[in-house]
Parts: sequence; C-alpha cells; structure tokens
Amino acid sequence: MSVPGQAAGAKTLRIRNLRAAVGDKRILNGIDLEIRPGEVHAIMGPNGSGKSTLAQVLAGRDLYGITADEFSYGGRDLLAMAPEERAREGIFLAFQYPVEIPGVSTVTLLKESLNAVRRHRGEAELDAMDFLTLVKRKLALVDMREEFLYRSVNESFSGGEKKRNEILQMAVLEPRLAILDETDSGLDIDALKLLADGVAKLRGPERSFIVITHYQRLLEYIVPDYVHILAAGQIVKSGGRELALEIEHQGYAWLEREPGAAGRPLAAG
Amino acid sequence: MAASAATPLEEYRSLRGALPGQGLAWLRDLRDGALQRFSERGYPTPRDEAWKYTNIAPLLKQSFVPALSLERSREVAPADIAARLFAGAGMPLAVFVDGRFDAALSDLSGLPRGIEVRSLREMLERDGAALETLLTSQAPREPHGFIELNTAFMSDGAYVRIGSEAVAERPLHLLFVSSGAEQPLASYLRNLISVGQGGRAAVIEHYVSLGDAPSLCNVATHCVIERGAALDHYKLNEEGAGAHHFAGLYVEQARDSRYVSHNVAAGGRMIRNDLRCVLAGEGAECDLNGLYLAGGRQHIDNQTSVEHRVPHCTSREWYKGVLDGRARGVFSGHVVVRQDAQKTDAQQMNNNLLLSDEAEIDTRPQLEIYADDVKCSHGSTVGQLNPDILFYLRARGIDEARARRLLVTAFAQDVVARMTAAPVRAWAEHLIMARLAR
Ligand SMILES: Nc1ncnc2c1ncn2[C@@H]1O[C@H](COP(=O)(O)OP(=O)(O)OP(=O)(O)O)[C@@H](O)[C@H]1O
Ligand SMILES: [Mg+2]
Repeated sequence: MSVPGQAAGAKTLRIRNLRAAVGDKRILNGIDLEIRPGEVHAIMGPNGSGKSTLAQVLAGRDLYGITADEFSYGGRDLLAMAPEERAREGIFLAFQYPVEIPGVSTVTLLKESLNAVRRHRGEAELDAMDFLTLVKRKLALVDMREEFLYRSVNESFSGGEKKRNEILQMAVLEPRLAILDETDSGLDIDALKLLADGVAKLRGPERSFIVITHYQRLLEYIVPDYVHILAAGQIVKSGGRELALEIEHQGYAWLEREPGAAGRPLAAG
Repeated sequence: MAASAATPLEEYRSLRGALPGQGLAWLRDLRDGALQRFSERGYPTPRDEAWKYTNIAPLLKQSFVPALSLERSREVAPADIAARLFAGAGMPLAVFVDGRFDAALSDLSGLPRGIEVRSLREMLERDGAALETLLTSQAPREPHGFIELNTAFMSDGAYVRIGSEAVAERPLHLLFVSSGAEQPLASYLRNLISVGQGGRAAVIEHYVSLGDAPSLCNVATHCVIERGAALDHYKLNEEGAGAHHFAGLYVEQARDSRYVSHNVAAGGRMIRNDLRCVLAGEGAECDLNGLYLAGGRQHIDNQTSVEHRVPHCTSREWYKGVLDGRARGVFSGHVVVRQDAQKTDAQQMNNNLLLSDEAEIDTRPQLEIYADDVKCSHGSTVGQLNPDILFYLRARGIDEARARRLLVTAFAQDVVARMTAAPVRAWAEHLIMARLAR
C-alpha cells in the first residue's frame, strides 16, 4: 500500500507508548518514536538502558510481554506480524551479538533469506548463477573473502568478522528499515568505513535506519537526522546530531531525570 | 499373537515342514533349539535390562500371521519398486516381498565377477550344507525372544558373497518390501553377508512398506569380514506407520578388516536394532554411524555393542537422534575392551535433538574396560533447537518450519556426510526434509 506523495514501498514506523517487560522486570517504559521514510535515527544510551531490547522487539523477538498504544510499520500492526513477516516487509536487524549457526553455511543463509524476501515481493527466486554473482559483488563491498560464504554462519568468526557478516546480509537483502544494533562495536576503522559505505549505498527516500551506537564517531560517517537518548527504557532526550557530541564529552550523568519527569520524554534538543 | 491367534509354538508345529532346508539335520536342530528356548523364556519384558524402555506388550495384543504360511506373496507392481530405487544409481537389485525373494522384481544381471547375491531360501534348499558355519557360529550377546523366533522361522533373506579380492563398485541394493496385505503379516528374514580376503563392497539393506498397514518384520543379518576386507553396510528403514521392525545385526571382523555401518532408522511404529560388532583380528576397524528420526508416536531403540577382543583395533561410533511429537528414542552403546585388547582406540558419541516437549530419549553409553593401555571415550548429549538461532533465521525472513528444517539438517549433517554412497546421501537429505515437513 503506498501513500500518495511518497516513494513506492516507503513505510513509516510509528511507536506510541511502547512497553516491554520480562516477568516483573520492566525494560521499556513507554517509548514514543516515529521514523519516516528516508530518515536516519541514532539511538544512544547507557548500558542496560533498553536499546537492544527495542531493536529485538522491533524484529519480533517473543521473549517480552509487550503493550503499546501504537506499534505499526506501514500502517500494519507489528504485534500481529511474525518475525519472518517483518523481515519480508523490509525490517532488518543487524544483531549486537550475531549467533553462531553450526552446520548452516553463510551462503545457505543468504540464499534462503533472499529467496524468502523475493518470493514475498512476488519476484522470482534467483538461480544459482545470478545469486552467486550478486553475493560476490556484495562480499567485495564488505571486503570479505569468498571462503567465508562456505563456513558455518559466524562459527569461529572473529568479533569484527561477525559484524561484517551482518553488513553483508544487509547489503544482500536491501532492507527498507535497517536497525543496526552496535554494528560499529568491534569494527576496525576500515570496516567502519565499509559499514558507512554500505549504508550510504542503501540510503534513499524510501529507506530508513535506526543506528544504535555508543560512539559518535560512527555518526560522522552515517550522519543522522535525529539522535535519541534512551535511559531506563525511555527516550529522555531527542535532538540533532550535536546531541551525540554532547554525550561524547559529558557522558550520561547530566541527563539523570528528576523524579517528576518519570514516564515523560524530555523535550527535544 | 493375540489370545485368539496361534501361539508361536503352534505356528511352528504347523509350519515346521514347510520351512526351507528342513532336510538338514543341523538346521532342524538349530530351529528346534531356538524355539525350545523361546518357549521357556518367551518375549522380552521391561524387566529385562536391555528392554527396559521398549515395551512390546501392546504389540503382542495384535495378531500377525507368518508370511510363509501363505501360498504366495502378494503381487507388487514394478512401479512401486521403481519408486523406491536410488535415482540414477543403477545398482544391482534384490527385492524381497513380505519376506520372500521375488526374482521377477529383482535385477541381478549386472553383478561383477566374484560377487554372488542369492536367495537364502534357495540356498538352504539346494546347497544348505555350505551355510552351516555361517548360521551356527555367531550368537548374539544377549539372545532374546525375537532372535530365537528368527532362528526358528527364518525362511528367506539375502545371501551375499563377495569373493576374495572381488570389488563391487556399485552398492548392492537389497530392498525389503512390506506389501500392506490385508492380513497383517510377520516376515522372518535372515541375511548372510560375507566378504572374502581383500574383497570390497557396499551393501544396502533397505526396508520399505507400501502403505501404513500393520506389519512385523523380524530380521537378523550376519556379516563376516575376512582379512583385509572392507564392507560398507547401510541399513535404511523407512517403513510405513504400521510397521514393527526387530533387527539383529552381527558382525565379525578378521585382521585388518574394515566395517562401516550406516544405520538410518526413520520409519515404522517401532524399530528395534540390536547391533553387535566383534573385532576379532588385530588392526580391524569399525565405524558405526547412526541416525534416528522419529515423530508422532514412533519408538526407535538402538542397542549397539562393540567388543574389542584383540589388540590394535579401532572403533568409532556416532549416533544422532532427532525426536519430535511424542516419539521415544532409546540408545544404548556398549563398548567392551577385553583384557588382551591393548592399544584399543574406541570412541563413542550419542547426540540427541528433541523437537518437542513430549519427545523422550533414554541414552546410555557404557564402557567396560579390562585392558590397561587403551584410549577410550564416550559421551552423550540431549538438547533442543536453540531459540536464539531460530529467531535469528526468522529475522532474516525464513519461516519457522523452514528454519527448523535447516537446523535439523545441520544437526544431522555429519552423519549424512559420512555416507560414502552419494545416492544414499541424497536419499537421507531428502528423508530428513520430508520427515520434518509432516
Ligand atoms: N530476556 C531478558 N530477561 C531479563 N532481563 C533482560 C532480558 N533482556 C534484557 N534484559 C535486561 O533489560 C535491560 C536492557 O537490556 P538491553 O540489552 O536492551 O540494554 P542495552 O541498552 O542494549 O545495553 P548495551 O549498551 O549494554 O548493549 C538490561 O538490564 C538487561 O539485563
Ligand atoms: Mg545492546
């Protein structure tokens, strides 16, 4: 369904009062966030503030009890969509901790996943030749050797190689909403540039990004439209890219919320 | 087996005259002796240690008529056979329908020189004397009722002889078909496989059903592997949902021989395999490679035993199981190293994957070592699909069923990879996919 005046396939993510808990432990405490097509949002925040939880909830992880006044992508209720459906609709999560999958090669994963997405879009599956050509082109993009394709996914990959593998998958799947959960952590400076290039190549009016990071360095390469600070499961401050610099210099202590402010995000910038 | 049906004793009395080879005194004695022991001990019960987890009481309430009491076996269409062959493999083929060799469905025309495949029934009737040693020498470690009944009633099977230095390039396909006759049938098969000095072959014992009607297959296979010989032995079971399968596999290896068993148990209501491998000559090696796949209410029990009798032998055992639904798996791996068997190298591993909360596995690796200079290890694991990995795959657009299939295939991959016959490997891969799709 396309909205008039927007690029075809463009979708908006709308989150109002999103709460997530595991048992008694409340992790997200009322998140409000709207991401329009073409936008890049950075999310920063102290360890344990709920950034990965938000990312996982967006991708459809079922570990959490979730409530929201609105939680939709392209007008569809995300809570009614299985993780695979979300992925096929264009949501991609680059995991902070990519799992190792013994016995399943990276090439198998890429093929299964690309074909699932293509089938969903009503496109023909790629034949073996075309697929390999495509994947090799993308491999060059992340500067990975071909032998990685034939190894089990992430098994005995170095930390940085695992992150490159996430970027490779993003490059192959060309998602509409990519969530990068600390994809920059553990990357050397060259890989960081490759990541930025990968994002730049995809960036366009119909795609959007959520970039979770601890370092404003990444945001010099991937310039965000908005920066949000997540603390204790809430967005406590939003602003432009300069907010990332403030965090870099001052840390998070100055953002400590006053008791009265609980449950309400602070005004932006 | 039901109260109203004939007991094995009564059946034996009425069929005894019709059993093949009854002109041979030693064979009559062998059969009579086995039946005698059966009538004293009966069927195994859960009180027997080796049958603790496999209760056959419900099975005994059903009645099965010995297939050999029928005039002739049911007609099976060649198309039904063709559907069970390994695509494009062109293997020599021996077909048995309800426990009886069917020459018309078989094709043994292309057997290489020095290799013989015949019906045991025919052998027993024509030159049974030659079989005396093979049939009398190997005894199971713990004989039980099914084995005794097999000896008493064995009426056909494959006799495979690989002559000295003979080499079978293509595997020999022995296809055992349960025809799904209206009257549930019991077949009693005995296979004899021997490989002469320096001979080399692959033999596939393949069990299938046409449909899901109740059936009972009681089979014993004896393998004798002479000096420097090598046998790749596949036992593939994909019988229908009503099938009950009780199998004994007895292997004796001479010096420098090599035996590789690939045991895939996937079909039927109940499968029980008793596998016993005796390393009787120095430098002998055996690999036991096993995969069991069970869903629904299937029950699969593998009891394996490897006996190192002499020094410098190697044994490897890898068994993997995938259990879904309310299936139940049993694995017992017994390795015994006799006092003389110094420099033994024995490894055993059993890994299980439970796909549902109601599936169960009882696994029991056992090492019994009487020699002091040996290298032995054993272990077992029971696990479930990792939910983090499942989520990762789904987050890449792969639906849950497919993600599970990918992971199960990955789990079983090394067992499949060890199968050197490519057509069987392809069959196994397909089987795993098909089982999980249900
Ligand atoms: N499945 C879970 N069960 C219990 N607690 C959880 C679970 N998942 C997350 N948490 C808790 O929720 C809080 C937020 O975790 P989360 O991983 O979202 O933090 P984060 O902001 O990504 O931190 P980091 O910067 O260290 O990556 C943490 O206190 C964490 O321990
Ligand atoms: Mg995190």
